[in-house]
Amino acid sequence: MTTPTNRPTERKDDKLVMDAGDIARALTRIAHEILERNKGVRNLALVGIRTGGVYLAHRLVKRIQGIEGVQVPSGELDITLYRDDLALRKNQPVLRKTSVPFDMAEKVVVLVDDVLFTGRTIRAAMDGLMDLGRPGEIQLAVLVDRGHRQLPIKANYIGKNLPTSREEKVQVLLEENGEEDRVVISKS
Amino acid sequence: MLITGGRIVDPGRFVGIGDLLIDGGKIVAVGTGLSGPAGSLTIQANGRLVLPGFVDLHVHFREPGFEYKETIRSGSAAAVAGGFTTVCCMPNTNPINDNQAVTEFILERARLAGLANVLPVGAITKGSEGKELAEIGDLRRSGCVAISDDGKPVMNSLVMRRAMEYALAFDLTVVDHCEDLHLAEGGCMNEGLVSTELGLPGIPAAAEDVMVARNLSLAELTGARLHLAHISTAGSVRMVREAKSRGIHVTAEACPHHFLLTEEVVRGYNTHAKMNPPLRAWEDVQAIKGGLRDGTIDAIATDHAPHATQEKQQDFTEAPFGVVGLETALALTMGLVEEGVLSLEQAVEKLTSAPAAAFGLKKGTLAVGADADVVIVDQHEPWEVDPGKFRSKSRNTPFAGWKVKGRVQTTIVGGRLVFETGPSER
Amino acid sequence: MSLKRKDLLSLAPLSVDEITLILETADSFKEVTGRDIKKVPALRGRTVVNLFFEPSTRTRTSFELAAKRLSADVINFSPSASSVVKGETLLDTARNIEAMQADIIVLRHSSAGAAETLAQGVKSSVINAGDGWHEHPTQALLDLYTIRQRGMDFKGLRVAIVGDVSHSRVARSNIYALTKLGAEVRVVGPSTMMPWGIEKLGAKVYYDMDEGLRGVNVIMMLRLQLERQGRALFPTIREYTRLYGLTAERVRLADPGAIVMHPGPINRGVEIAPDVADSLSSVILDQVANGVAVRMGILYLMSGAN
Repeated sequence: MTTPTNRPTERKDDKLVMDAGDIARALTRIAHEILERNKGVRNLALVGIRTGGVYLAHRLVKRIQGIEGVQVPSGELDITLYRDDLALRKNQPVLRKTSVPFDMAEKVVVLVDDVLFTGRTIRAAMDGLMDLGRPGEIQLAVLVDRGHRQLPIKANYIGKNLPTSREEKVQVLLEENGEEDRVVISKS
Repeated sequence: MLITGGRIVDPGRFVGIGDLLIDGGKIVAVGTGLSGPAGSLTIQANGRLVLPGFVDLHVHFREPGFEYKETIRSGSAAAVAGGFTTVCCMPNTNPINDNQAVTEFILERARLAGLANVLPVGAITKGSEGKELAEIGDLRRSGCVAISDDGKPVMNSLVMRRAMEYALAFDLTVVDHCEDLHLAEGGCMNEGLVSTELGLPGIPAAAEDVMVARNLSLAELTGARLHLAHISTAGSVRMVREAKSRGIHVTAEACPHHFLLTEEVVRGYNTHAKMNPPLRAWEDVQAIKGGLRDGTIDAIATDHAPHATQEKQQDFTEAPFGVVGLETALALTMGLVEEGVLSLEQAVEKLTSAPAAAFGLKKGTLAVGADADVVIVDQHEPWEVDPGKFRSKSRNTPFAGWKVKGRVQTTIVGGRLVFETGPSER
Repeated sequence: MSLKRKDLLSLAPLSVDEITLILETADSFKEVTGRDIKKVPALRGRTVVNLFFEPSTRTRTSFELAAKRLSADVINFSPSASSVVKGETLLDTARNIEAMQADIIVLRHSSAGAAETLAQGVKSSVINAGDGWHEHPTQALLDLYTIRQRGMDFKGLRVAIVGDVSHSRVARSNIYALTKLGAEVRVVGPSTMMPWGIEKLGAKVYYDMDEGLRGVNVIMMLRLQLERQGRALFPTIREYTRLYGLTAERVRLADPGAIVMHPGPINRGVEIAPDVADSLSSVILDQVANGVAVRMGILYLMSGAN
């Protein structure tokens, strides 16, 4: 196991909770779980929530292809317009691309996100999906569940359960963003 | 009344520390070591300037007809607070002052107010419509000291020629507001880069220059006494300078806003920067200053034009033209002295003897036998322009908040004290 | 990066980053207008008031649609000249509206500077939908968006704006925005319709339309206001059309891939020949479609808590 080098984004009291190997193994397990629960790839689709969930969704699509030999349809969802705190923010957040280039009718759409926390992002994502079509079923896959839900939302597939305190900050850093794959907790 | 120890500046006559003795409403002695009769009022003027009361050739007192903007009483109060003991009010009232009745009304209101000398300027044409001459002889006899259709030009050159010829018989000065209404049509600020950026219709400098040229030609033709109101362009200054060098009988006035502000002040659609003629370009402002310095421009006048607050709160294109000026003119003129554009004596001359001469008035001087119109000024006293404290009914000034120097402390008209800066102002 | 402004009154003070942000935000909303359910809840519960002192079905409908697609409540106020005759000032009308909790006021007025006056007097955000001859920022932004949509890069882009420039708020806003983004802007028209010092704003002046159109990538035609004929600005419509009308022949003088734009409404046969208006090189209808997306973007960016 290699020791991570000190990067500018990291401070001395950051705690590493998952390294690249942990993340890879978790994603592989989640891919198998998705296939098991849905009995294969029929009517399966993945939608990554911007921004962290998008890369994870791509990785899951690759793994599923490696297992079943089929590339399931996938898309990316920007939930900014559905946030429940837009009226409270002084400056509107920047919008990013939403692209769901397949018909969701009768499909099992697995939403993918990096960290599940209060559940508000997932609530917004579900509203967003509903405005884009009528999915047959929605499931949720997250790399990290850190607790402290404020809404009655539960993930179907979890990479790692991580007990945290409210003030702590959980970061999922990924290769696609120019970082070494890892999950760190910092004291905010 | 005795005014002692002040620095008397009576251009061309007495300049220096001295005393002024006033009796029976007239100046009886000017010199040093004077004393008055027992029991008379003595004013210590040490460290201050003692000047002839200022003469403003151009104010708008709005009465009769627009009393909500200003009355003769409130205007006179503003005048004496600004050091002006004689003001000439323009005839664009409602009804227009083109007849004896309105002239006498104005004189009576002024007498009742008992503050400044308010001398009416009669209209050139009936109703200031620019078509038929008004009863100029009658206006003169009733008390008008000059004629003008101010607010408007006399567009028809033949009518202007006749007016100039006719006025000669009465030794009256003809004052023109130089603006070609066709060229200026629809305009609300100077035509230039700022008007292009703001998307506002512009009044080109040519609109003024064209009429100045016409008026100078007619003055040359008729030999009349011509006075050009509120000139604002480099072209006007150039032409007046040339005409004077050839002996044409013309005088000119400029307003403080035209020697201090440019069209840039309009940015933000500031209606307190809207007046006619409009604030011009930097080159024009420099030319006006040059004209004041070399005597091309004889007098400083205010074109005091009060308007109610709600009128100035309209869109820029709708708001009326005009700004008040009586209560800020002295300090702004002193600014020119501090800048070195004018000497103190020149500045005083432009506010006193020169304007008086333009209209042939026996005012603006402290000579023995002259009316005792005197103003005592603290040349260096700093203060901030606060429209809320104006004596005028109106507050429309572009100088709000300016920190200036030069304050009127005492104003005397006809030997009576009519204004004194109170302790609350200090 | 976000738009830290209370109001959008003019494009002159906007930075390149701000303009780029607006255009990129409009992309997201173009996607929304392509969906079956053309609605997102971003402005739910907010009130947008269209305060149009000058009639304009086109712009007003565009703003209304944009606000409704963002789930805002929309109110249309079209005070006739009579309320001004009754003495109620622009500020009084606006304060009444503000008292109704308007979050955003979209103002169109015939006087330059009206939007600025309004913005200073109310707490609501004010969007200038056209103030006299001064500016029409959202029109220029949708023009820019349309150009960008065609894959054209602004740097070095040759744009000709043709017509009555001195009375055109669309021209002014476009000149500010395009020069900022590095485009080469030409203004083409009779000299009686060129405002003083326009070249100081970065535009090159052409009185000869053929010369002015040579090699340009974008031809932006301005509407000739026929009522101006009486004011000695040009002798007859016939002469104007002959000298400054856009014909198919003149379009060929431009770059082969050039596009033709017009803010509307078109005077067919006057400033633009009918065959040109309908031709493929015309993106006029795209402009209208893009108008809704761009205005959604602007409403979204202006709707932060004040």
